[in-house]
Amino acid sequence: MIRVVLPFHLRKLAHVDGEVQLDVKDPVTQRSVLDALEASYPVLRGTIRDHVTQKRRAFVRFFACEQDLSHELPDTPLPDAVATGAESFVVLGAMAGG
Amino acid sequence: MSAVRLLVGTRKGAFVLTSDGKREEWKISGPHFAGWEIYHLKGSPVDPNRLYASQSSGWFGQMIQRSEDGGKTWEPVGNEFVYEGVPGTHQWYDGTQHPWEFKRIWHLEPSLADPDTVYAGAEDAALFRTVDGGKTWQEMPGLRGAKGNLWQPGAGGMCLHTILLDPSQPNRIFVAISAAGAFRSDDAGQTWRPINHGLKSEQIPDPTAEVGHCVHRIAMHSSRPGVLFMQKHWDVMRSENAGDSWNEVSGNLPSDFGFPIDVHAHEPETIYVVPIKSDSEHFPPDGKLRVYRSRTGGNEWEGLTSGLPQSDCYVNVLRDAMAVDSLDKCGIYFGTTGGQVYGSADAGDTWNPIVRDLPAVLSVEVQTLP
Repeated sequence: MIRVVLPFHLRKLAHVDGEVQLDVKDPVTQRSVLDALEASYPVLRGTIRDHVTQKRRAFVRFFACEQDLSHELPDTPLPDAVATGAESFVVLGAMAGG
Repeated sequence: MSAVRLLVGTRKGAFVLTSDGKREEWKISGPHFAGWEIYHLKGSPVDPNRLYASQSSGWFGQMIQRSEDGGKTWEPVGNEFVYEGVPGTHQWYDGTQHPWEFKRIWHLEPSLADPDTVYAGAEDAALFRTVDGGKTWQEMPGLRGAKGNLWQPGAGGMCLHTILLDPSQPNRIFVAISAAGAFRSDDAGQTWRPINHGLKSEQIPDPTAEVGHCVHRIAMHSSRPGVLFMQKHWDVMRSENAGDSWNEVSGNLPSDFGFPIDVHAHEPETIYVVPIKSDSEHFPPDGKLRVYRSRTGGNEWEGLTSGLPQSDCYVNVLRDAMAVDSLDKCGIYFGTTGGQVYGSADAGDTWNPIVRDLPAVLSVEVQTLP
């Protein structure tokens, strides 16, 4: 199972606590994980990716295995540790100062 | 006994304030959607417990929420706002053409006849409509055909912030856009035309241009929908002919810059504005928070100060943050960027703070309940 960590506001929207576990078929990529996430939680459509372009929203970031994967292409395979469920795929809102 | 329900949108959530018809004691519920910007909430005129809310975030985009129980519980509905066809372009800050990009919904206007039909004003400026209670939204693209290529965002964004539905002519809709102007449709939103004749804006190259005026708000009284009142960037204006032409009625106001304008529920010639010092200094003149009332439909204004801070007050009152109830006497309410919501149960003669320390208030609507 793929483990996904959502930020506070999206957990509240999706009515979930803690990590989300998803069954994702190979290849495990940003796109396939987010497709599975949105299929399980339709309320999240449009909150992580733009409805039309399917691009990551500007102030949403993707981390895994202590790496920032936000700028990876959506079809690039995620690290093996994410694909095996050893590590979680983290969706978070970018830090905002002020 | 009648009651009132205030729907308050803020930078950090929504609040529902309720009182009986005396409007002295208030219960405050919220924050709903804590941490999200709530640009606007509004109830259906035909089903007052059906509420809609625009919930948005710079991180996670746009959500629309719907309540069936007057704001006690909510459920998210559709949040897909897609411009019809090829979106096209509008003027950009540097003079180039820029593609339309959806940012948020500023205003929700439920139909006067059907609780499942709602109009939504968007940034970048466009009008959307749902006929299924918010599940799906469709753009009414004819509006952008009204010289949309010449519209240009002001510093606050190119937002469609005002939607007025004419109760006497179901096919007539008015909208206002910053910084494009006012527009009218007489065929239920299929086609539109600018209604800005008589406006004069020194901040644009041609002060009397057909589009490009920064209209902050327009208001009407339901008994006389052909008479419109406008708070423009500068100038308070009045139209006797559904916007075909406008005349200035700023009169003796201490400043004719401001954002909201509203009409007394029972006196169509009694109108209210909140003067703000200038477009460079968005706070009340002299640090005195004053609502100005005209009982003559403009030109002659009186300052209403009883209960409002008359020193060291430097808040703003935004365009969607004033509302009137329909009790007798008429109640007036407004919210400030300092988080205060003030109410008057006597048509503005005296004011009291209903709540003082909310996040910055973006919008105030009121429902008069049986």
